[in-house]
Amino acid sequence: MIDTIRSLGRWGLSVFERLGRGHLLLLAILRGVPELFLRFSLVIQQLFSVGVHSVLIILISGLFVGMVLGLQGYNTLVDFGAEESLGVLVALSLVRELGPVVSALLFAGRAGSALTAEIGLMKSTEQLSGMEMMAVDPVRRVLAPRFLAGFISMPLLAAIFSAVGVFGGFLVGHGLLGVDDGAFWSQMQAKTDWYEDVLNGVIKSIVFGFVVTWIALFEGYDATPTSEGVGRATTRTVVHSAFAILGLDFVLTALMFGDV
Amino acid sequence: MPLVKIRDLHFYRGNRAIFDGVNIDIHRGKITAIMGPSGTGKTTLLSLIGGQLRPDKGTIEVDGQNVHTLSHSELYALRKRMGMLFQSGALLTDINVFDNVAFPIREHTKLPETMVRDLVLMKLQSVGLRCARNLMPSELSGGMARRVALARAVTLDPMMIMYDEPFTGQDPISMGTLVNLIHRMNDAMGLTSVIVSHDVAETAEIADYIYLLSGGKVIEKGSPEQLKRSSSQWVQQFMQGLPDGPVPFHYPGTDFADDLLNGEVSA
Ligand SMILES: Nc1ncnc2c1ncn2[C@@H]1O[C@H](COP(=O)(O)OP(=O)(O)OP(=O)(O)O)[C@@H](O)[C@H]1O
Ligand SMILES: [Mg+2]
Repeated sequence: MIDTIRSLGRWGLSVFERLGRGHLLLLAILRGVPELFLRFSLVIQQLFSVGVHSVLIILISGLFVGMVLGLQGYNTLVDFGAEESLGVLVALSLVRELGPVVSALLFAGRAGSALTAEIGLMKSTEQLSGMEMMAVDPVRRVLAPRFLAGFISMPLLAAIFSAVGVFGGFLVGHGLLGVDDGAFWSQMQAKTDWYEDVLNGVIKSIVFGFVVTWIALFEGYDATPTSEGVGRATTRTVVHSAFAILGLDFVLTALMFGDV
Repeated sequence: MPLVKIRDLHFYRGNRAIFDGVNIDIHRGKITAIMGPSGTGKTTLLSLIGGQLRPDKGTIEVDGQNVHTLSHSELYALRKRMGMLFQSGALLTDINVFDNVAFPIREHTKLPETMVRDLVLMKLQSVGLRCARNLMPSELSGGMARRVALARAVTLDPMMIMYDEPFTGQDPISMGTLVNLIHRMNDAMGLTSVIVSHDVAETAEIADYIYLLSGGKVIEKGSPEQLKRSSSQWVQQFMQGLPDGPVPFHYPGTDFADDLLNGEVSA
């Protein structure tokens, strides 16, 4: 009994300790961000590996999600004779919800896990210690550019996801199911609000990008420097990111649309 | 005044004392060797001097500054003047040999690329790897990787270099060259060198002063001649590499026969 309580206490302490370390690391990273604007090439390299390498998976997934939305939406709307509104349904679902959330989940799986593995491996092969002894701060040289790149990439990827998704919905709706294309686009434009819908979606994707990149970098930097440790850290990145994304999505949605 | 002054150093890993009251002076312009059985904490000592680990008690001063009370930026400023050759090399695996050696120059100076190139080629030439500059670290052997790391450690012409096992994995020819190189750099550039090594003969050849560590204490110190004449059995065994004697070969623990007969079987 005492043992259980003791191990519970130890677990609780270690969770708080990790949280503390995570926030300290975030602070150190943020402090390193301003000087990156003097060496933006570091960020560009990372934008390429974090962002550009995620584009393909985002394009394909976005297209399919949009197509499914088109099919499902049409089947429901047609019962009410409202299939003309298919464009609105597809666009709002994507821009408000699915675009930011699904692309963030994909981003965590594709880019987040890669970041964790990369940093964890650099730690376990003493590359980070080596840099420290060369008086190069790894937090500023390695983590900060990756953080900024993730932060910039995520909203762009979500935007690409939504755009491709809308196109997928249009392909199915107009091409396959024969919804009038004029109605599809004009209703979408009329009913999608720039501030209410688009901007709120962008805010979500910015928050997700921040959190996912932070989790990924912290897990890598804090990983136990062994093969198993790096493997576990990679898994944790994906799992914790998913929780964070879905939980934050609820909170943000409640804040943004709760009073409607 | 010594460049590095270690006083009453205590350091623990869990309950095990790695250092238990160690005093070491490393003098400017000299080659000081730290020797001792595998696992006594020589690498740990270098990390402590470099400020990557924190002592549990005692102080380490480098050039008059207490390493462990410095602010982040002061510590990094101090590290710019220290070079360190890691036991594993610790090369950056995603860039080639040339870029690895150029890394500290590009990070800390704004020299034009042509000058960076000249500097890097000079350093690589001195370790015999100028023509291996386009290889990736994964394409190097262990000994080559360590030589690249050596070139990288000296690119910024630091005031002091710490070598962790520079001779391991070198064939007799590159070994001789390295011994020479370390000696030459020390004399020509007025460097202070700290060498951690097991190669008694090579180290004794170039070291001005030797510290022998074991069991968390300095067992013996002195010039190579003094150590060779030492009356201590322990020192004689270590310097001559005899298998039997007071130096334990095994990690401390229970008796072997006892372990075989009565040890617990893990699940
Ligand atoms: N991260 C660590 N956690 C716990 N114990 C460690 C860690 N690193 C090293 N040790 C222990 O500290 C002791 C000293 O290690 P260190 O690497 O300094 O030895 P060393 O003298 O450099 O040995 P070698 O000559 O084999 O390189 C070892 O007994 C090792 O078990
Ligand atoms: Mg060692």
